[in-house]
Amino acid sequence: MEDLIATLKQQIVEQLNLQHLKAEEIGSDQPLFGEGLGLDSIDALELIVLLQQKYGIKLANPAEGPQIFQTVRTMAEFISANQKA
Amino acid sequence: MEVSLNAYVALKNNSLFLNGVEFIEKQSSASELFALAYQRLNINYPKFFKMDNLCKTGFIATELLMQESKTQTEYLPEQKGIVLSSRNSSLDTDIRYNNSIAINPSPSLFVYTLPNVLVGELCIRNMIKGETACFVFDTFDADFQTDYVNLLFDTCNLKTCISGWADFFEDKAEAFIYLLEQREGSQSTTLHNAENIKNIYSTIWKT
Repeated sequence: MEDLIATLKQQIVEQLNLQHLKAEEIGSDQPLFGEGLGLDSIDALELIVLLQQKYGIKLANPAEGPQIFQTVRTMAEFISANQKA
Repeated sequence: MEVSLNAYVALKNNSLFLNGVEFIEKQSSASELFALAYQRLNINYPKFFKMDNLCKTGFIATELLMQESKTQTEYLPEQKGIVLSSRNSSLDTDIRYNNSIAINPSPSLFVYTLPNVLVGELCIRNMIKGETACFVFDTFDADFQTDYVNLLFDTCNLKTCISGWADFFEDKAEAFIYLLEQREGSQSTTLHNAENIKNIYSTIWKT
């Protein structure tokens, strides 16, 4: 899980063009939206694309988004549970 | 009531100046200057990391300017304005976005393909809800910009305004941003007129 979290942090930095932010500076349990990393609805779209492109996971129910994208850890847990072997 | 210039910031040659005095020494790239300034100014604003380089140029210069100001909290958001100009506008990001289209069109890049996003980001950060504008000129036009901003002070409910120039293209960042106020008892002796702005601007760029 920790390897996936580290990979995910790097992918988030690249996908969202977060220049000047090092992947390791993102806390695993830091909120991605609002007061945490300050992401917004455009970034949510980028995260959905990231899940599709990097992990082949399509978000079937958009209503689950806020829970899945709460933190890097919740994203990683969702990927682990849904990624095809 | 006269409009006075209270402070100014210049960003040139990958270094940062406050009122003509070097604040951050020359760095090897604009990117390094942004990162160092973010640390040295003790900024905690995660949205900074999402901004494109034009916005970062304006943001860093404005952060230094606003940390210098002691009076901004006295104004209502509607009394605060911002008028900037730029040469290359959002061209740097336009090119990056255009290059991304063939591979993976990026919404987070696309949102920065307008120069007025620079003004928008600074409005959000500094709670500005008054008059705003972003002009595109080949060079900084002190005559036009001074007239325009003074007209806003005369005709709108404006008490303070961030004004100046911000530009970024091909890793070259440039900013000349100053803070104007129209208030009784102002400590500043520099009136906001084209001659004074030209003098400061030419002093910055000839050194």
